[in-house]
Amino acid sequence: MDKQRRCELAEFAFRVRRNCIRMTNNGQSGHVGSMLSMADVITVLYNGILKNVSAEDPKNPNRDRFILSKGHAGCAVYATLFEKGYFPEDWLMTYYRDNGKLMGHISHHVPGVEFSTGSLGHGLPVAVGMALAGKLKKASHKVYCMMSDGDMNEGSSWEAIVFAAQQKLGNLVGIVDYNRVQALGHSENVADLEPLDQKLELFGWNCVTVDGHDLEAIENTFTSLPNNGKPTMVICRTIKARGVPWLEDTVKSHYGFIPNDRVEEAIAGCRAYADECMKGE
Amino acid sequence: MRTIFNKTLIDIAKDDPRIHMILADIGYGEIEPFDEAFPGRLYNVGVAEQNMTGVACGMAMEGNVCITYSIANFPTLRCLEQIRNDVCYHNQNVKIVIIGGGVSYGPLGISHHSTEDIAIMRALPNIVVMVPCDCIEAEAAVHAMIEHDGPVYYRCGYKNESDIHEGPINFQIGKSIPVCDGDDIALFFTGPIGYDAKKAVKRLAEEGISVRLVSMHSIKPIDKEEILTSAKRFGKILTVEEHNLSGGFGSAVAEVLAEAGCPCELKRLALPDVYVSKVGSQEWLREQYGLGQDDIYNAVKEMLNK
Repeated sequence: MDKQRRCELAEFAFRVRRNCIRMTNNGQSGHVGSMLSMADVITVLYNGILKNVSAEDPKNPNRDRFILSKGHAGCAVYATLFEKGYFPEDWLMTYYRDNGKLMGHISHHVPGVEFSTGSLGHGLPVAVGMALAGKLKKASHKVYCMMSDGDMNEGSSWEAIVFAAQQKLGNLVGIVDYNRVQALGHSENVADLEPLDQKLELFGWNCVTVDGHDLEAIENTFTSLPNNGKPTMVICRTIKARGVPWLEDTVKSHYGFIPNDRVEEAIAGCRAYADECMKGE
Repeated sequence: MRTIFNKTLIDIAKDDPRIHMILADIGYGEIEPFDEAFPGRLYNVGVAEQNMTGVACGMAMEGNVCITYSIANFPTLRCLEQIRNDVCYHNQNVKIVIIGGGVSYGPLGISHHSTEDIAIMRALPNIVVMVPCDCIEAEAAVHAMIEHDGPVYYRCGYKNESDIHEGPINFQIGKSIPVCDGDDIALFFTGPIGYDAKKAVKRLAEEGISVRLVSMHSIKPIDKEEILTSAKRFGKILTVEEHNLSGGFGSAVAEVLAEAGCPCELKRLALPDVYVSKVGSQEWLREQYGLGQDDIYNAVKEMLNK
């Protein structure tokens, strides 16, 4: 990855983080940590990985489908879709507010959003159905579904994992934003999924693990996914609330937002983090 | 009834390649002809109803019409949130079909009794709730279900139901179908228990009591016109359903009457608010829990003070 591209992606991810911080603060909502952990991955996905996805032709039948199963972090998708021109800037600060344009959990009423979620364990079964339909039509697009630690607790996710392998859905890409923090604690103390990669491989999936904050590694991973007819899970090892040092890897960042008196400090943290990303190795 | 359901679905699916069946390992002996007729259009997800419903929704989002199909509560209560959040909220073409409405699976016990489903399913926005009473309605209901663009809940009976209608019917979502007219009282039923109602009405006729008997196969939307017209005409309505008293068909009728401010005596014959824990056949259980033919007969006579 050349420096210009790295800088562009880091800047995009910074803007996503900044808007998530401002929107959740303005709405006094929560889940800012879940948004910041996925900001780098969603940045890469919407800047070159998802094919035929554009605000100009949002219903293009050949578009890759993206479902956010961790719907509580929908603000990060809204912030991304805004950057990609799906809706005007004045929508952003209506997030979580009366008569707002942007619902707390991700909503298909927002242009560019394929599917509404909010209760965990719903995204992957639907993505499997979409991928199965695509396979039957011999369509070339892929279906991506981003999940969380908590999502992977749900039995319905594992039901879908079994069935996707059974149907050999090579057009299905799962993504785990694996920040290892869920609502009431660190995942290893709640419902430990380790060794997640081995479990998924035993369930018949390809499994690739990547540093979910290394923009170049994320891009390289998604541009070289296995092509062997099996569904693939990309485990993105991330840090909850990445970019805001005093909030990183904390349980409180799951439900919280950043208070007024610390917003600018938090944004400055994300700025510094982005600047570091731009330097590369 | 389940046989006519599957046969009719195959007939329609011949000309409608959108139709797929998404199953959760239920349907042995009934669903095989669909699979043989349309290879690649039936998927068994295994015993995983949440995934069945989510997969059906995802396939429907790509332009398909998907049938989820299983016993009693398995494709409804087990995966209710998938029906609510995925299918109904996104208004997708998923048709949720249960086999064994009410206590059809009598001695199998309460896990296989679908006795709260009407109340629960009709509470969901965007869904049509239909309860055919015999094979004539069941066949027409499959056509209506597929023609309707959006989620449908189809409460099928089981097997060996007797026909209630004696001639051609005009089946429309949101409309009821009169079985016979009368002068003294209206009796509205939903589902195969209407056959017991019809027998009771015949006995009453022999005593000079004349009952307007109506099949209300469409519970959501419900035929308000029939309810209010009958209320004004008779001032007395009896509803009969094989379902818990709470929130079901009779409750839906009561809502229409109450909101219209229509003075009308209403009695709801339904299962009491308990689990059906006695062991026995559907017919025996109906009698045990106040839904036998005699109970219907007596309810009419009590309402007419005869």
